[in-house]
Amino acid sequence: MVLNIAMLVVFIALLVGLSWLLGTYMARLFSGERVFLSPLLQPVERGIYRLTGVNEAEEMRWTTYTIAMLLFNVGGLLLTYAILRLQQVLPFNPQHLGPVEPRLAFNTAVSFTTNTNWQAYYPETTMSYFSQMVGLAVHNFTSAATGIAIAIALVRGFARRTTREIGNFWVDLVRATLYVLLPICLVGTLVLVSRGVPQNLDAYVPTTTLAGATQWLPMGPMASQEIIKELGTNGGGFLNANSAHPFENPTPLTNLIEMLAILVIAGALAVTFGKMVGNIRQGWAIFAAMAILLVVGIAVTTIAEQSGNPLLSHAGASQATTVDGSPAPGGNMEGKETRFGIAASTLWAVITTATSCGAVNSMHDSYTPLGGLIPLANIGLGEVIFGGVGSGLYGILICAVIAIFIAGLMVGRTPEYLGKKIEQYDVKMAMLALLVIPLTILGFSGAAAVSGDALASRFNPAAHGLTEILYAFTSATGNNGSAFAGINANVPFYLIGQGFAMLIGRFLFIVPVLALAGNLAAKKRATETAGTFPTTGGLWVGLLIGVIVIVGALTYFPAYTLGPVIEQFQMHAGETFSLGG
Amino acid sequence: MLRQLRIAILMVVVITVLTGLAYPLAMTGLAQVLFPWQANGSLIQRDGKTIGSALLGQSFLDPAKIDPKTGDGPTLPGYFRGRPSAAFQPGNGDDTLVSSGSNLGPTNKALIDRVVADVAIVRKENGLAADAPIPGDLVTASASGVDPDISPAAAELQVPRVARQRGISEAQVRQLVAQATSGRTLGLFGEPRVNVLALNLALDAAAPMRGAPAARP
Repeated sequence: MVLNIAMLVVFIALLVGLSWLLGTYMARLFSGERVFLSPLLQPVERGIYRLTGVNEAEEMRWTTYTIAMLLFNVGGLLLTYAILRLQQVLPFNPQHLGPVEPRLAFNTAVSFTTNTNWQAYYPETTMSYFSQMVGLAVHNFTSAATGIAIAIALVRGFARRTTREIGNFWVDLVRATLYVLLPICLVGTLVLVSRGVPQNLDAYVPTTTLAGATQWLPMGPMASQEIIKELGTNGGGFLNANSAHPFENPTPLTNLIEMLAILVIAGALAVTFGKMVGNIRQGWAIFAAMAILLVVGIAVTTIAEQSGNPLLSHAGASQATTVDGSPAPGGNMEGKETRFGIAASTLWAVITTATSCGAVNSMHDSYTPLGGLIPLANIGLGEVIFGGVGSGLYGILICAVIAIFIAGLMVGRTPEYLGKKIEQYDVKMAMLALLVIPLTILGFSGAAAVSGDALASRFNPAAHGLTEILYAFTSATGNNGSAFAGINANVPFYLIGQGFAMLIGRFLFIVPVLALAGNLAAKKRATETAGTFPTTGGLWVGLLIGVIVIVGALTYFPAYTLGPVIEQFQMHAGETFSLGG
Repeated sequence: MLRQLRIAILMVVVITVLTGLAYPLAMTGLAQVLFPWQANGSLIQRDGKTIGSALLGQSFLDPAKIDPKTGDGPTLPGYFRGRPSAAFQPGNGDDTLVSSGSNLGPTNKALIDRVVADVAIVRKENGLAADAPIPGDLVTASASGVDPDISPAAAELQVPRVARQRGISEAQVRQLVAQATSGRTLGLFGEPRVNVLALNLALDAAAPMRGAPAARP
């Protein structure tokens, strides 16, 4: 326990330090100032603008910004679909894998374009190295860069006054890719390879085990994909077991690096936000609200998993941390790796769902009901607890607009956030974005719960089966991509249904955000008075957390009651279930 | 609008070439030069044959005694047992192309039945009491199906059996266990653990089993 707390303290300290460094760097970068990489990268950047015909100095209104963003994403989606369908004739396919089936190719192309990385396939036996690198990993960069661009555009909405312009999408996109994502990935790849993550283009290797069996070892360019999959909060595994696989995540050290990579851009963007609106304390207030929610989630999940499953103890499996004087991880180890034990698994599970990453280093489907509820709820809350790269910041700023609106209602004043009056149009756009998510999650889950085909996909019985369905659509809509992975999502209902849930969750959220950005940028900046509600300090952080939790709880509590909550009681009552029994 | 469309198409191409080809291929080249062993899967050779990866677990169940229905069975004599694996399943052959956990939920009867069966096997082959608690990691399926490690407690439990079957002292076996054990990183991150393949390889080197199954075709 003391060890777990010490680990968490060190982890958060590392996160704060790295966020501050990267956040300051990004604030300069996206304000058009020179950064230390400029001498090296500016010629490349200029070259890209010349090749593509971008005018670096051009500013866009929110409508043009939105159109540019949508065109780019549609283009990438179509290209990936084509690559997946044609991989049998493309290079880097030593396993001679055939074309990806059309519905699966649609689902996968949408999944990677929307930063979801839900995987309805077994990568080892489905994707060629070309598809992994050019079809999928490219979106790990572009969807992350798109998220950063949108977040920066919204921040400009708050920071600027009386203008209709919120930046240039192409410039934001190129800078995010070239100056932020690629440099970190270059270093990260080599560190991961040095610890054992493979990076080659060889065919799978047959081995003869000590017991005399044949065991095939998967190969491929894993490290370069592993680092961007975490850094861009994408989460799509090169291998089916994702970051639980020793090839993707061989040691506790790589585990630490990968967890920091998942959070660092989201944490840094809070700092960037503070810097760009001219008051760093505004940024740290947002950071604090996110960090508090994260720590609470980590505590609940870790305690639930370390306490374990009474049914396992009853079956003779010890869940104590020492057995006959020798150390053991203890707790519920089904679906977890020995090198991570409980604490490094639950920490990851909370981080990967608080953000929109969705990479896993343990199998959430085998968590205790309470331990699995936190990841589910993290995504349901809209992934605003640090959240996805970019999407986390614009998500929580939407919550901030609602929180300040509620505060305004309570004191009977027109609410202001960062000097901008929050008026009817702003609240409408914020609510539109906020309502899209639960409506999609609960709508699709409801349909699945009464559809025979969808029900047949459950892997686990009873309440746990409902949680699998809820998790699937929560993950898709929230663009998370983690799963209660027992569910068979490679059937038409889920391939198509989740495809649309992912598109809605991504783009029907982004468009109101950009509309809000455009509207905010046009406003004057009101001067602060004694009557202005302060948006720094403990009261504001508490209010923001309250709004996030209360809105989330009111939305999902009935559904969660029928899934994880009821199963927690059943587990403690010693009940077990069989499918069809 | 048309101008944005033109930029979008060109930008998709440029960014795809940069991040989808230039980046991973450059990284592959660098990795092959700087860390060739790791970049190619940390493969282990013995007698000129590739016998596995230092990072991946293998099944140490006795191939002759595996129950074809459950994929479960007793341990190969003289070897340490690893964790149950959802990747080594009957019908999958012995290959681990598709890595996976069991995904069984906490109240699923299939999970509890499997744990009960494994607990019985472990107790029996190690001569333990009928109510001896078994370290949980030894009877729960890992997340990847190729977890290379077990806990020190799960190793200690098997020491007497392996020493007896190999005809060496328990102290000798414990020493090999200690050599295959890693601690927490920086004293904080991860868990103490024993690499089962490294341990079994060290045992084969120190005290070979007669008629070792590795010699079988």
